[in-house]
Amino acid sequence: MQPGFAEAHISSTFDKFLAQHLDRDLLRFTTAGSVDDGKSTLIGRLLYDSKAIYQDQVQAIQKSSLNRSTGPMDFSLLTDGLRAEREQGITIDVAYRYFTTARRKFIIADTPGHEQYTRNMATGASTADAAVVLVDARKGILPQSRRHACIAALLGIPNIIAAINKMDLVDYSEEVFRRLEGDLQELAQQIALPTAQHAAAISIKCIPISALEGDNVVTRSTRTPWYGGPSLLEYLEEIPVAEANSADPFRFPVQYVIRPDDSFRGFAGQIISGSVEPGDRVVALPSGQTTRVRSIVTFDGDLPQAVTGSSVTLQLEDELDLSRGDVLVSEHDQPHRSRRFVANVVWLHATPLDLRKRWIFRQSTDELRVHAKRIQSRLDVNTMERHPAAQLGLNDIGTVEFEATRNFSFDLYAQNRSSGSFILIDPLTNATVGAGMITQSLDDAAKEHRADTYRRALTRIPVASIARGTPPVAVSERSHRFGHRPAAIWLGTWHSLAAPLERALFEAGYQVIVLDDANSTSEWNEGLIRGLYTAGLIALYTTNEISDDKKSRLYSAIQHDHVLDADALDHDGEDSSVVQLILDWIGGLRITAAKGDR
Amino acid sequence: MTQHVYEESCDAAPVISMEEPSTVRRLSHLETLEAESIHILREAVAGFAAPVMLYSIGKDSSVLLRLAQKAFYPGKIPFPLLHVDTGYKFPEMIEFRDNYTREVGARLIVHKNQQALDDGASPFAIGTQKCCGLLKTRSLLDALAEGSFDAAFGGARRDEEKSRAKERIYSFRDAAGQWDPRNQRPELWNYYNGRIDKGESIRIFPLSNWTELDIWLYIYKENIPIVPLYFAKEREVVVRGGSLILTQGPIPLLPNEKPERRKVRMRSLGCVPCTGAIASDADTLPKIIEEMFSFHRSERENRAIDHDQEGSMEMKKREGYF
Ligand SMILES: Nc1nc2c(ncn2[C@@H]2O[C@H](COP(=O)(O)OP(=O)(O)O)[C@@H](O)[C@H]2O)c(=O)[nH]1
Repeated sequence: MQPGFAEAHISSTFDKFLAQHLDRDLLRFTTAGSVDDGKSTLIGRLLYDSKAIYQDQVQAIQKSSLNRSTGPMDFSLLTDGLRAEREQGITIDVAYRYFTTARRKFIIADTPGHEQYTRNMATGASTADAAVVLVDARKGILPQSRRHACIAALLGIPNIIAAINKMDLVDYSEEVFRRLEGDLQELAQQIALPTAQHAAAISIKCIPISALEGDNVVTRSTRTPWYGGPSLLEYLEEIPVAEANSADPFRFPVQYVIRPDDSFRGFAGQIISGSVEPGDRVVALPSGQTTRVRSIVTFDGDLPQAVTGSSVTLQLEDELDLSRGDVLVSEHDQPHRSRRFVANVVWLHATPLDLRKRWIFRQSTDELRVHAKRIQSRLDVNTMERHPAAQLGLNDIGTVEFEATRNFSFDLYAQNRSSGSFILIDPLTNATVGAGMITQSLDDAAKEHRADTYRRALTRIPVASIARGTPPVAVSERSHRFGHRPAAIWLGTWHSLAAPLERALFEAGYQVIVLDDANSTSEWNEGLIRGLYTAGLIALYTTNEISDDKKSRLYSAIQHDHVLDADALDHDGEDSSVVQLILDWIGGLRITAAKGDR
Repeated sequence: MTQHVYEESCDAAPVISMEEPSTVRRLSHLETLEAESIHILREAVAGFAAPVMLYSIGKDSSVLLRLAQKAFYPGKIPFPLLHVDTGYKFPEMIEFRDNYTREVGARLIVHKNQQALDDGASPFAIGTQKCCGLLKTRSLLDALAEGSFDAAFGGARRDEEKSRAKERIYSFRDAAGQWDPRNQRPELWNYYNGRIDKGESIRIFPLSNWTELDIWLYIYKENIPIVPLYFAKEREVVVRGGSLILTQGPIPLLPNEKPERRKVRMRSLGCVPCTGAIASDADTLPKIIEEMFSFHRSERENRAIDHDQEGSMEMKKREGYF
């Protein structure tokens, strides 16, 4: 029996308080700014005002011999960490700080803003739900703020907040604030492009504050009547943290196999996407075996459901031999499998990334070896420009093509920050040298797998099955095998889209061919067009010099509703608009087994 | 101004989350911390040949032990617990340790620097710094070497002390067991690099992101047993140098000291001579939590050792102290 538990006498107010504390959620945010923007002052105030700073720590600061300022209390001394750094007067590493309000528990990853500390900013940003970028109202957007916003976007932080600080020094001027707000919206657009891995545009929320005076930090200030928005803390309390959605694909990397005896085999891990219930069908990768979840086992009893973020143990219906590095996924939404991929990389070490070395590659719970095949570019975070590069040095950010020694399962970082990220370790020194975010899969093994199934479908033909009088193969039969009806698509002035369309359709499993001057030496004629049509193919015809006469012959050769004239489409002149219309139309050719088409 | 957050939290009703049908339930902050700590424990057990848990008998150790039970359930905890016994611990701690670890079914290793104790090591004879150096730091390093442990879990939290704010979850120690603040590995997402060469080791802190309040809330929510010394009770104490020192165990009284009975409790558990009690009425968990809010003093304040010198904790860490 817990001592003192039984006769617990607590006021109802405190009871409520406890219930509330048990129910709060967690928000992680990162901060960075140039030296003297007021970051330490701001954090000190957040901690102080939320009572995370206990009296005696405050007293210890007040008697500290290194107190840099005189007069009002220097909040920044509350947050400076290690002795060596305190002596240098700068912070050089990521420091984690904690505070709590009625609504939320907060974890701040506090990072220095200097150019040489991109590494630390990336570390702090990697787990953050929000980033607070400091801007000195008098100085405007300095390179550090720009860099921080860029790294925040690159690391997929969904909420970026610009705290326009030292408003007291510009007389709480609305004009100054609005100008900076405009500059920041421009910056948001600039960083959206080079970090382009997010479908949604990046938006930056601007809040005018004075960290020193406390305006709009915790409570709304009366000195900024023109600003109708929330205080920084109110905003942080209200930001929705990445909502897990029931439609998210299930991802469960196996961390550890629990086998206390022969009667129990459970797979321990943390759900990084989606949710799971007993009875759900799951696929084990890399084996591809399908099974069902039998139970979700925890110390506190079996669960009816487990959601993203939970550390649980899964028992499966079938005896699958899984080990660390394998992953359980939803049947219908599987990750990429490939050994070649492209990633944005932040380099963390003085030993540069080059094309000669092999690295230990850790992604989810998997571990393998990779090497860089090509450095596509290096990103200049100050100008947002990309430059060619032969290697990446400490604090560089680049886009790199990698090749691993075998296939592995992953998602793109924009879809999943866990299974789309990785670290690189130097096998000689054991140092963590790089961190990466996968942006693209090359040579997808899933495609190879599909090709494999097609190949396997070819069977040996018994001689006896060849008999005179057998009926010919009808177009509809071909359509059923291919999964789509045949068609003729006239690209006309859009002929340059032929190759990309053909490639995309082919990859997606369509039977497709491009007819251009190179592969049809003779004049097109009704016979050729009809032949391709009868073969069940989707034919893309390219040439913009096509006479009306030819066109009409084409139409007479095949059914009208199976012909598309790209030039006749109602588009807005953009490639993407035309492609969309063509793909929509092709989608209408699909036939599914259930519907039937005979 | 400083009252702002707490007052507001008292008035507001408990939040009952009403979810939209399409979104999945979000974990609460304690569930998030729990899941993260379990993830860390499992990563370490999967990655190291011989991990060990440093078990200090305190409330953080109790939480860490519960998390280890959860991480490997229904299996047993797949590593031993190591208690570095200085010989100056409260008798109630030792009793609790033996009973509770037996109940949990964990393997317990107790290590004492008997040589130093036989040579007369005590805070009175050689001062707190040296005493800690021999009975805690040296003893710990010896025990780790004896067991050939390559990883050691500790219950330290980043909010405990300023120098810990930058501590990694996997803290690298060289072959001499030393910590170099400039040679720590960056930790991105939830990747922890535990690769080491022979003789090197990693200290692992699964509770890094927990605060003192989180620990108490979790103990309350999970009904985790803790040493009764944490609860206020009338106990015999002497007032020594501004601290209330319990007269339990091997502690000599100074000439003009007179024991008296006071209602006190311990905020953190260390050695009898060097850990002061606080006057308190908090004899239940809710009262302890309530006290934390009215009583803003950080918990290590009652440890004599941390105040010898500014930044002293950091110096101890460099030497290998936990
Ligand atoms: N007037 C004014 N001074 C500020 C404000 N915020 C910070 N400061 C001052 O700016 C200086 C640098 O602040 P500090 O927090 O150390 O900046 P950091 O280098 O970004 O951590 C200190 O002297 C602060 O007192 C503010 O809102 N208004």
